[in-house]
Amino acid sequence: MLDKDSEKPDQAAPSKGLAEVTPEAEMLSGGEMLVRALEEEGVEFIFGYPGGAVLHIYDALHKHSKIPHILVRHEQAATHAADGYSRSTGKTGVALVTSGPGATNAITGIATAYMDSIPMVVISGQVQSHLIGEDAFQETDMIGISRPVVKHSYLVQRVEDIPGILKKAFYLANSGRPGPVVVDIPKDLSAPWEKRPFHYPKTVKMRSYTPSIKGHSGQIKRAVEELLRAKRPIIYSGGGVIQGRASEALRALAKHLNFPVTSTLMGLGAYPGSDRQFLGMLGMHGTYEANNTMHGSDLILAVGARFDDRVTNTVAKFCPDATIIHIDVDPTSISKTVPSHLPIVGPARETLEEMLEQIQAIEARDGIANKVDQAALALWWKQIDAWRAEQGIYTSNRFDDTTDAIKPQEVIQLLHELTQGKAFVTSDVGQHQMFAAQYYVFDEPHQWINSGGLGTMGFGLPSAMGVKLAHPDSTVVCVTGEGSIQMCIQELSTCTQYKIPVLILNLNNGYLGMVKQWQDMQYEGRYAQSTYQDSLPDFIKLAEAYGHVGMKVTDKSTLREKMQEALEQSKTQLVFMDVYVDPHEHVYPMHIAPNGAMNDMWLSKGERTENGK
Amino acid sequence: MESSRRILSLLMENEAGALSRVVGLFSQRGYNIETLNVAPTNDKSLSRLTLTTIGDERKIEQITKQLNKLIDVIKLVDLTEGSHIERESMLIKVRATGAMREEIKRTTDIFRGQIVDVNSTLYTIQLIGTQQKLDAFIEAVKDANILEVVRSGVSGIARGEKILSL
Repeated sequence: MLDKDSEKPDQAAPSKGLAEVTPEAEMLSGGEMLVRALEEEGVEFIFGYPGGAVLHIYDALHKHSKIPHILVRHEQAATHAADGYSRSTGKTGVALVTSGPGATNAITGIATAYMDSIPMVVISGQVQSHLIGEDAFQETDMIGISRPVVKHSYLVQRVEDIPGILKKAFYLANSGRPGPVVVDIPKDLSAPWEKRPFHYPKTVKMRSYTPSIKGHSGQIKRAVEELLRAKRPIIYSGGGVIQGRASEALRALAKHLNFPVTSTLMGLGAYPGSDRQFLGMLGMHGTYEANNTMHGSDLILAVGARFDDRVTNTVAKFCPDATIIHIDVDPTSISKTVPSHLPIVGPARETLEEMLEQIQAIEARDGIANKVDQAALALWWKQIDAWRAEQGIYTSNRFDDTTDAIKPQEVIQLLHELTQGKAFVTSDVGQHQMFAAQYYVFDEPHQWINSGGLGTMGFGLPSAMGVKLAHPDSTVVCVTGEGSIQMCIQELSTCTQYKIPVLILNLNNGYLGMVKQWQDMQYEGRYAQSTYQDSLPDFIKLAEAYGHVGMKVTDKSTLREKMQEALEQSKTQLVFMDVYVDPHEHVYPMHIAPNGAMNDMWLSKGERTENGK
Repeated sequence: MESSRRILSLLMENEAGALSRVVGLFSQRGYNIETLNVAPTNDKSLSRLTLTTIGDERKIEQITKQLNKLIDVIKLVDLTEGSHIERESMLIKVRATGAMREEIKRTTDIFRGQIVDVNSTLYTIQLIGTQQKLDAFIEAVKDANILEVVRSGVSGIARGEKILSL
């Protein structure tokens, strides 16, 4: 339903507040200015959904824009797709939604991007300026409702402000600690008859925003001294290493020092997963070796990570012997949950590079190849290798693969093997997400796309669309479950319309698996609202109904062959691969909570660590 | 760690929505605002906002960093870290009849307040001072019938050369 104000008024007189007209300035409407701004910013895709308040904008896009627009089937998917595009490229994703329900539907995706620091610009329509506050049709206070989940937001008040606001929005979104920025545009300000001179600023400077561009050299010097003194060090790498394009710098430093490296869920791929120095993910479902190494360390170099509750377990028991060096571009992340001994506010890449330079300068001065206490480090590695041998995630089988049931872990291992570890993997949220994080060994940044902070079910498929559009020649796999996939399944239609061939790998266990796991472990197996087995759709028919390929796998012996076929077919068509996996499998290791330390873990259903007992 | 009362004073863009970002931050992260005071400065593009809050060292550090992170916030100072002047204004309406009428007048004089409105049964008193002084005045006249209290919230400024400006 559209509002009734779309007719052109009798007089096309410009309103007050007209910017100075320079002879060469082109006269554009707000909608046209927006299109031009997006082009100036090099936007490659707009993910959106039209509606009354953005009709002028859509008309301007239709008439003037060369930027492809992807019409999603729900605004949540527009933001997730823009998010997936951004995570896989490092560029800013763009979503365009209408006022009211369009705006509120986008909120989940905005919050998802906010929690994981993903650069995104969301343009929302708003009711006409004079109607704001009157509970007009499809009015919602987008600035208010999005406020806790945006880096910043703008309510446009004058047509001539649009270029400057867009310039700032893109700058804010993808500088410092990145994040989503909302630009809310009242309908009258995009009207084609309200033309103003267009100037797109070349540069942007904001007196109230000066992100750190370099770490404090004195602090880096002190940190270097600690690094060289360490006997049981570990590097704890987070999503900020990927967002800060610091992957190379991290690898160089870790290699030079021969320090072990662990990563958060968000940081996977920044350091090569297959490298000897990599211990796997840490935290609640981190590996035995990573969690033990963290707990036993005397020095933690945290880079672009935020010590969140899914990493630390009980903060009071967190890594008792460790001196903590914390590099983050956002000062609020430092000492928020775990106090840092040596904070460095600065961008990850530049700071890590300067660290290595300082270390090399010291070594050159002293004529020593590596100043670290090699004997101590060798002992440390010996201990780490012992942990690996005991319960390591890759050295021993963490699951029973001798049964007839298909184990979700082996599906992921097979996916890794058949894609040579080179696929982009998106995921939803739950057990399948953890299995993917543990068993698809990521070697490159931007390869692993998941909602870590907010934990948004429904993220997988739309984000895979964004990834595939950005990387048409790469294999893109959405690892999901029968619970999560149904939260944004309408996007199968978008994939039909734009011929987006992704592989959906549905680890179907008939339960909300992670909920069930907790119910098994803490609620004596009472499955309150965690199953729906009798009402699951036939995913094969569903995929086919949208014009895609459906493929069902129930027999373990056919898994390899079917997956090969699915990967082959998904080069040209979306394949929905519905794999029936063991419904009773749990994700291990798992932190023992409450009151557990970093190294207190369940290792299997009957096995737990016995630290100090 | 010990909790203490802090006066945080900041300069921010005088723009729509800036105040709601500051206030929203406090509710969103579970911090308390005890008092709040905000108005434009001589530079119309800037607002000066002063708030008092209570917290231990780490909490105050986190509040300070989170406030600084807001795009609209330009500069921030914790006035309680150094020597400073703190002022709050109050308008208080009390019933003033019989013997209390003279008593309230005397108390007002002692506190260097002013009676700014009067009729046969009421006084409206204006008082300026620290939060503590205003509290003390309310305590002193509590036997009279207090009808209405309006307080501005604390504002403050550092002593000497220290200046919060762009």
